[in-house]
Amino acid sequence: MKKNWWKIIAIVFVLYTIVAGFLVPVPAQPILHETIRNLYFHVPMWFSMMTILFVSLWHSIKYLSRSDIQSDIIATQAANVGMLVGTLGLVTGSIWAKYTWGAWWVADTKLNGAAITMLIYLAYFVLRGSIDEEQKRARIAAVYNIFAYVLLIVFLMILPRMSDSLHPGNGGNPGFNNYDLDKNMRMVFYPAVIGWILLTVWIFTLRVRIEKLKRKKIFND
Amino acid sequence: MLGKQIKYLIIKELKLELRNKYALGGILLYVVSTIFISYLSFKKIVMPATWNALFWIILLFASINAIAKSFIIETKGRLLYTYTLTSPQAVILSKIIYNSLLLIVLSSLCLLAYSLFIGNIIQDLPLFLITLLMGSLGFSSLLTMVSAIASKAGNNFTLMAILSFPIIIPLLMVLIKLSKNAIDGLEHWDLNYLTILMLLNLIIIALSYLLFRYLWRD
Repeated sequence: MKKNWWKIIAIVFVLYTIVAGFLVPVPAQPILHETIRNLYFHVPMWFSMMTILFVSLWHSIKYLSRSDIQSDIIATQAANVGMLVGTLGLVTGSIWAKYTWGAWWVADTKLNGAAITMLIYLAYFVLRGSIDEEQKRARIAAVYNIFAYVLLIVFLMILPRMSDSLHPGNGGNPGFNNYDLDKNMRMVFYPAVIGWILLTVWIFTLRVRIEKLKRKKIFND
Repeated sequence: MLGKQIKYLIIKELKLELRNKYALGGILLYVVSTIFISYLSFKKIVMPATWNALFWIILLFASINAIAKSFIIETKGRLLYTYTLTSPQAVILSKIIYNSLLLIVLSSLCLLAYSLFIGNIIQDLPLFLITLLMGSLGFSSLLTMVSAIASKAGNNFTLMAILSFPIIIPLLMVLIKLSKNAIDGLEHWDLNYLTILMLLNLIIIALSYLLFRYLWRD
């Protein structure tokens, strides 16, 4: 129990997000209307993705310095879970975009950034799939992961300067923070971010354990 | 020490290239024929945005083709010989420098043929040339590193393309923006973008320098 307190926090916060997210009153905004509640689900997905992809990067660096295959398992599974929450972020964003901007996909810098992130990590998995030898696969995938992540971060920093965005807080649009996000919404939004990040980490630790057990089984058979 | 090694490795690359002239000729012909096909399909292009996009797409594909072979041509025995003599940093830096030279030749030819067939609408040639030069450097450093990665994974060309496309996009977008400014002939040079471009090149070269030693030895 001592070790698992954060799992309880994850469950409580996510449950709270779902219940309070749909029930607590939100400010009535033109265009947005009730879709503003998607803020509790869409935005935390991107926070979770960047957190878990950073874990992946960290363990890739660790692999290169220690050559411990455990780090490789962790890096891969983190990237896997990153793709999962990234896909959820794209889906929730796409639905939101349909109701507010009128299209499933619009030309927007943040959408491009998300799409490129997905492409990079899909390429990472294709690269892993094309090398058979375990140590070699781990080493080369780690190099690509570091190379790609750094360029991705640079891109995500340059991108907003290149063109306007439809997202709040970019290109002259007021951010949610300014006046939309009132006290009620903050009370749900901050726990939502923490809850979703913890839940993502939990899924990731489970995946790592499953992967380790699989390898153990292969080893014993 | 490192400088001397790099010098000899570049001379080695040059000698190999000249011994095998058809590879260089092949890639130059590739650019010219692609441009000729575009010319037959588009005739003249006067829209700056289209002109610019097509130019960079042709150059991107030609660069990937030109650089994909840079680690493939190394045979196992020759690699073993290089391991014993030089440091990995010297190998990657010499390849980057050599490939930059190759891409500078390639992009100049691309610009010449492109403006001959598709039409020349550039109003600020010096800025365009600077962009082209920086672009060659950036493309060569990024693609050299990716080709080193792809060469460890069975040397396949598809892998080279899917690994490089997503990470080359930032560079490509800055280049397209700058060359669009050059075509429109804006009065002031956008120093912001030039700085970003220079920083991007530096980051890519630094990363290649740091990471290559984990790649090359099996």
